[in-house]
Amino acid sequence: MSNRKIRVLLAKPGLDGHDRGARVIARCFRDAGFEVIYTGCHQTPEMIAAVALQEDVDVVGLSCLSGAHNYLFPQVAKLLQDKGANDITVIGGGIIPEKDMAGLYEAGIKEIFTPGATLDSLVEWINNNVNPKE
Amino acid sequence: MSIMKELSKKVLEGDIRAASRLIRNLEDQIPNTYIAMQEIFGKTGNAHVVGITGAPGAGKSTLTDELICAYRKKGDTVGVLAVDPTSPFSGGALLGDRIRMLRHAEDTGVFIRSLATRGAMGGISKAVGEAIHVMDVLKKSKIIVETVGVGQQEVDIINHAHTVAVVLVPGMGDEIQALKAGLMEIADIFIINKADRDGAGKLYKETLNMVNMSKDNKNGAQGWRIPVLLVESVLEPIKFAESVEALRDKIDEHYQYLIDNDLLSERMRRKTTAELNEALWGTILQPILKDLHADGEINRLVDKLLTKASDPYSLAAEVASKYMK
Repeated sequence: MSNRKIRVLLAKPGLDGHDRGARVIARCFRDAGFEVIYTGCHQTPEMIAAVALQEDVDVVGLSCLSGAHNYLFPQVAKLLQDKGANDITVIGGGIIPEKDMAGLYEAGIKEIFTPGATLDSLVEWINNNVNPKE
Repeated sequence: MSIMKELSKKVLEGDIRAASRLIRNLEDQIPNTYIAMQEIFGKTGNAHVVGITGAPGAGKSTLTDELICAYRKKGDTVGVLAVDPTSPFSGGALLGDRIRMLRHAEDTGVFIRSLATRGAMGGISKAVGEAIHVMDVLKKSKIIVETVGVGQQEVDIINHAHTVAVVLVPGMGDEIQALKAGLMEIADIFIINKADRDGAGKLYKETLNMVNMSKDNKNGAQGWRIPVLLVESVLEPIKFAESVEALRDKIDEHYQYLIDNDLLSERMRRKTTAELNEALWGTILQPILKDLHADGEINRLVDKLLTKASDPYSLAAEVASKYMK
């Protein structure tokens, strides 16, 4: 039985300054009992991967509303894999067209949340799919 | 090899994620984590630990960010433990200190780790003391501990830092506040931050008055005269950087002062005593601890730690077996 508290890194890669959604999610995760490291806007995938390792998170949540998700999300997943951290779950959210989803899943993004997803559904997904190891 | 031994081996090799995981084991109180810490304890005690404390929004994280730059410029490597509060309702936390320190994310000479208080009331988390050891064996020469935003009473940082900087901002109260016990007593350095704001001059004078009244200042050359530094607007980056470099030099001067006057061992003793207390608490119950303090045994145990002849976990087990027959 794991005693672990779930740690989540929430970040916005790339040139996108709209972080209201990410902040709402940060607050929601806090209230769900997770420890949330919030690093805000304008980050490179390299920065996000480095922070994920330094903070030993279970989940990296990426938010992107600018349309650059097809590069940015897979790049974060790839950098984590390169560093041997493929046990970190990468999820994403934002304005993601239906047709892009298959490619993102294939690149290692475990789940995509689009407009209309409820906060409860996010928390539930994490509680069901992320089991921190001893 | 056991999981914990493997973990400590990786940490000693400089593996960042392993180090972060070890800190997490300490936070989550995973059984047997002490096995990893036993491997590490003997190699600790090399870093200069700097505490940055002050009210919420005083500018601790922003100062820490610039202080990292100042130390990197000088060739130091830096570890940062940034503590934020845990929700008393959900048990969750929003750890937002490192959002001010993003420019160091890819600098391998800098390791920043966020911690939640997990219910501890002293301004830091219970794991901070041991997390400092982890940063220490990663060979960080400066370890900065940023406390949660504190009020008057959260002063646990003094058990862990060699140098404590208290960050003040104008507009928080009159000179009576400066005379109160608690936070205002623990500073080795005062920083008046946001000194371009109204009321900064008055705060500076009041703080200086308070410092001048303290006993230490009457010891002449012997005592450490607590400096009061003014740090102005972050909106003027060059000026800001210069005043934080002056802060860095003062922090280092204080460390040198501790070394030159043989006071470092006193602080180390305070820190090591606190750690041994923690380990004993985890292993046995309060009455036994009371007993230990009463017959002075605790001092003899601390001596063993200072010479690295043992580590706190082994000593705790020894005492436990004596009492729990």
